[in-house]
Amino acid sequence: MPITPATVLLLLFLAGPIAYCAYIAFTDMQLTGQASASFVGFDNFKKAFGDANFRNSVVLTLIFTLVSSILGQNTLGLTLASLMARSTKFVRSVTGAVVICAWVLPEIVAGFLLYTFFSKEGTLNEILAFLHLPSQNWLFTLPIMAVSFANVWRGTAFSMLVYSAALSEIPKEVTESAEVDGAGSWQRLWHITLPMIRRSIGTNLMLNTLQTLSVFGLIWAMTRGGPGNRSQTLPIFMYDQAFNKSLIGYGTAVALLLLVVGALFSVVYLRLMREEV
Amino acid sequence: MAAISEAPAPEAAAGPAPRRPRVRPGSKLSRTTRQRLAADLGLLVILGAFVLPLLWLIFASVDTDPSMKVAPPSGLTADNFSKVLTDEITFTPMLNSMLLCGSATLMTVTAAALAAYPLSRYKARFSRPYLLTILFSTCLPITAVMVPVYALFVQVNLIDTMHGTSFFLATSQLPFAIWLMKNFMDGVPVALEEAAWTDGASWFQALTKVILPLMGPGFAVVTVYSFIQMWGNFFVPFMLLITPEQLPASVSIFTFFGNLGSIAFGELAAFSILYSTPVLLLYILISKRLGGGFTLGGAVKG
Repeated sequence: MPITPATVLLLLFLAGPIAYCAYIAFTDMQLTGQASASFVGFDNFKKAFGDANFRNSVVLTLIFTLVSSILGQNTLGLTLASLMARSTKFVRSVTGAVVICAWVLPEIVAGFLLYTFFSKEGTLNEILAFLHLPSQNWLFTLPIMAVSFANVWRGTAFSMLVYSAALSEIPKEVTESAEVDGAGSWQRLWHITLPMIRRSIGTNLMLNTLQTLSVFGLIWAMTRGGPGNRSQTLPIFMYDQAFNKSLIGYGTAVALLLLVVGALFSVVYLRLMREEV
Repeated sequence: MAAISEAPAPEAAAGPAPRRPRVRPGSKLSRTTRQRLAADLGLLVILGAFVLPLLWLIFASVDTDPSMKVAPPSGLTADNFSKVLTDEITFTPMLNSMLLCGSATLMTVTAAALAAYPLSRYKARFSRPYLLTILFSTCLPITAVMVPVYALFVQVNLIDTMHGTSFFLATSQLPFAIWLMKNFMDGVPVALEEAAWTDGASWFQALTKVILPLMGPGFAVVTVYSFIQMWGNFFVPFMLLITPEQLPASVSIFTFFGNLGSIAFGELAAFSILYSTPVLLLYILISKRLGGGFTLGGAVKG
C-alpha cells in the first residue's frame, strides 16, 4: 500500500506523542530526581487553574492572539490586498515582495530584527525622537505589544496572499454595477466584498489564530517571555515549567490544554471546509 | 476614500435600484487616478513600516560600526562577513541544517506523494476519513507536542540524534504536504495514466513516470515549501538536539546572541543574511514559476 510510509510516520511521531501527552499530563513526571512517575489524576489541571502564572499566560496568549492575529494580520492583510487591487503595478510588486520577504525569513532572524527595532537604542525610538514623541524601552514597558507587533510584521503576508486570491475571484461586473448604482467604497466593502469573501475570512482567521497560538521562537528570541513573565504566552510557560522547573507532567498538562484548543479550532475549520473534501 | 464624498443619494445602494449610468465627462478617469494614487500612498506607508527592520539588517551587515538603529553605514566593510565565515560559526551549522532539512524534506515528499496517489485516484472507503484526519492534524499546534516528544525521545534514545530530529521534522510537515500534494495531483487528468495502464505500467510507474512529471510545478512547490518551513524551524531542533556540533543554523544563531554579553550586531546581521539567503532564493524560484505565492494561498484555501 503506497499510503503506508506516511501512515507509519504519522502514527509513530505524531499520534504517538499526542497519546503520550494525554498520558503524562495525568502523572507527576519530572525531569530529574525521580525513579518513576505516578498517576495523579487531574492534579496538574487543578494546579494550573489555581496557578496565577498560568492564568497570566492564558491572558497574555489571548492578548497576543487577538492583537497580532485577529486585529493585526487579518485586517492588515485585507487592507494590503484591497489596496494592491487598485495600485500601480510597481508599488504593488515592491510592497508584495517586502511583505513576503518578512514572512519567508526564518523565525529566529525575524525575532532578532524586531528585537533591535523595539529595543531602547533601536529604530522605533529613533523615529519617535525625530517626531518629538516620548521614547521608551518597549521590550520592558510593553513586551506583549512588542511581540504582538513583531508577529504582525512576520505573519501578515499569509493573509495578504489569501485575500488577494479571494478578491481576484470577485467578478468585476458585480463591483462595477454597484458603483454605477452609486454605492460608496465603504458600502461596497460592507455589502459586496466582505460577504463574497466570507469563506476566505473564516479560513484565514482560523489558520492565523492557530499559527499564532503556537508561536514560540519569535517571542523566545525577543524577550524569552520576560521581563518577569510579562510576555510569557502558553507555549513559553509550558517550556518554562517542563524544563526550567523540571515539571514535565505539569508542562505537558498545559500542552494538552493547548492541543485541545487547537483541536477545537480544527473541528470548526473542518466544518468550514466540509463540502471540499 | 475620495469616492465617499462623491457618492450620491444613499438610497441607491440600499435596494436593487434601477441602473442610472450618470454621465459626467472627465470625472471617471480622474477618480480612478485619484483612487490609484491613494492606494499607492497607503501601500507606501505600510511598506515603510515593513522595510525598516530589513534595511537595518542590510546596513548593519556592512557597517564598520553598527548600532541598533537603522542608519546608512558609517563606513563600508566586508569584515562582518569574513569574521563569521568560519567552520564553527557558519559552515558547520549550515551543513547541519542542510542534512537535517534535506533528509526530512526527502522523507516528507516521498511519503506525501505515495499517500496522495490513492487519495487522489481511488474513491476507497478510507479516503474521506483519512483526508479529514490529515486536514485535522494540519491544524494541531505542533509546539504543544514538543514536551511529550522530548520525553518520548529520551525513552527511546532518539534524543540528540540527527535522524530522530529529521524524522520528527518530516512528520510535522507531512499532513500539510499530503494535503497540498493531493490537491495538485487532482489537477492531472486520469485519462493520461489510463494510457500508461493499457501499456502495462504498474501504479508505481504511473505515479513516477506520468503523474509526478505532469504535476511538476506542484511537486516543486510542495518540496520547496516543506524545505523552507523546516529550514526556519527553531523549536524542534532547539528541543531535540543538544550537542553544539549538531545544531542547525536556526539554533546556533540563537546561542550567538543569547550568550554573548555584548552582541556583535554586524556579525550577527551578516550571519542572519547568510542563513536566510537559501530560503529567500528558493521562494523566488517557486513564486516565479507560479505567479506569486497566490497558488499556495489558493491551495491552503482548499
